[in-house]
Amino acid sequence: MTDLSSFSDYLSQAAPHLLPGARMTADDSARMEVPHGTTIVALTCGGGMVMAGDRRATMGNVIAQRDIEKVFKADGHSVVGIAGAAGVAIELVRLFQVELEHYEKIEGIPLSLDGKANRLATLVRANLPLAMQGLAVVPLYGGFDQIRGLGRIFSYDVTGGRYEERDHHAVGSGSLFARGSLKKLYTHNLDRHDAIQVAIEALFDAADDDSATGGPDLARRIYPVVALADRDGVHIIGDEELVPVIESVVAARQTHPDGPVARIGRAKGGDA
Amino acid sequence: MSSPYYVSPEQFMKDRADYARKGIARGRSVVVVQYAGGILFVAENPSRALHKVSEIYDRIAFAAVGKYNEFESLRVAGVRLADMRGYAYARSDVTVRSLANAYAQSLGAIFTEGQKPLEVEIVVAEVGATPDLDQMYRLTFDGSVADEQHYVSMGGSSESVLTSLQSYWRGGMDFDAALRVAVQALSAEDGESSPRTLVPSQLEVAYLDRTKPGRAFARVNSESLAGILAE
Repeated sequence: MTDLSSFSDYLSQAAPHLLPGARMTADDSARMEVPHGTTIVALTCGGGMVMAGDRRATMGNVIAQRDIEKVFKADGHSVVGIAGAAGVAIELVRLFQVELEHYEKIEGIPLSLDGKANRLATLVRANLPLAMQGLAVVPLYGGFDQIRGLGRIFSYDVTGGRYEERDHHAVGSGSLFARGSLKKLYTHNLDRHDAIQVAIEALFDAADDDSATGGPDLARRIYPVVALADRDGVHIIGDEELVPVIESVVAARQTHPDGPVARIGRAKGGDA
Repeated sequence: MSSPYYVSPEQFMKDRADYARKGIARGRSVVVVQYAGGILFVAENPSRALHKVSEIYDRIAFAAVGKYNEFESLRVAGVRLADMRGYAYARSDVTVRSLANAYAQSLGAIFTEGQKPLEVEIVVAEVGATPDLDQMYRLTFDGSVADEQHYVSMGGSSESVLTSLQSYWRGGMDFDAALRVAVQALSAEDGESSPRTLVPSQLEVAYLDRTKPGRAFARVNSESLAGILAE
């Protein structure tokens, strides 16, 4: 039983060998070292949703790549970031992008944001056998919901469980540190600049304590990929807007290595 | 006992072709016109939902006349073929030429072997980096392919529409001018002495924009269409 508008269903019948990870054997004695992507953060903001990812891929203790991209435009109004086995993850994102575009072309209208989030859950679930042998892919999905007029974030587990997150979330090896950082820095209705800065601060904190997460590399000009989804669509934040934010964050850390201090006290609440 | 009567291959093909032509001639026309910034598709189609013009891939669009259910299944097959190719290879490897060949094969096979020929005529077009690199292929019910230049018309009265296009189309026209030429051509349908007036709600307009990176296909809504036609 296949869905006529689904590209992945069509692919599984017409060319199953092209499915992500299809040629790998489900033999867990053959565990191998492959590049893994690390930390992705996302938060909602006044106009929509911001997602950012560091640029490092690691293979055991080795940095496999220092400028990998892990945050992608999924379609006109949504963004997907990936943590986990990089090869499988990037293939999964490619399939997801075609899946959304295919539906839009066949049906004449795009899927709802919930529909897109559910399709991604199905693709992640199909990867479960590989996840069992250590090639897990854990995406973070977010976008602008055109029906409700707001930014939304969805997280997943390796079994394809789909969970809607309030306000902010992070996935990947540095996510524990990034989540702590997000909690302290997040406020509702952040403007574009501040939302980007919060994402950068959270990634900086992740890189500070997780060896697999890369910090901004000013010498090589390798910066996190930051994407914003709002009413007008998806914008990958360009260097002219991103670099000043990164430079100011890095400069502030020269005097306060642990980052901004949350305000505690009777006069001002921590969440002003 | 009655013996099966003999039909010559010539007669067999002619009957099938006549059948398909009659079906196509009942429908309203579609024109595809090249302009400086891309390729324009204008169809006489009162429906907002059942499209005659659609996106296939980044630089490729599809236009059809004839039976809706038949060309709709061809459109879906085209989108599948293109998405499959783009996924298996790369987005730049999806070309209109291979799509036209695939359509020609299926239409040809159905014409000779099927229960009945498809009552459709389609155009697939790809916008290039410059007008010289634009490609337009017209495919007819029997699988024949024609490599068209500058403009194409299909449907019931394509002869009178084509005559109008021949007289008014100029190379390097801008979008608005090309749209007016296309609508004027469609109005010339039926070979009547006084041309009809087509209102925006009767038209479906879409284009492939040469300058737009990625997916170049876009539709024109009735309001902006009315604005352009009123000038």
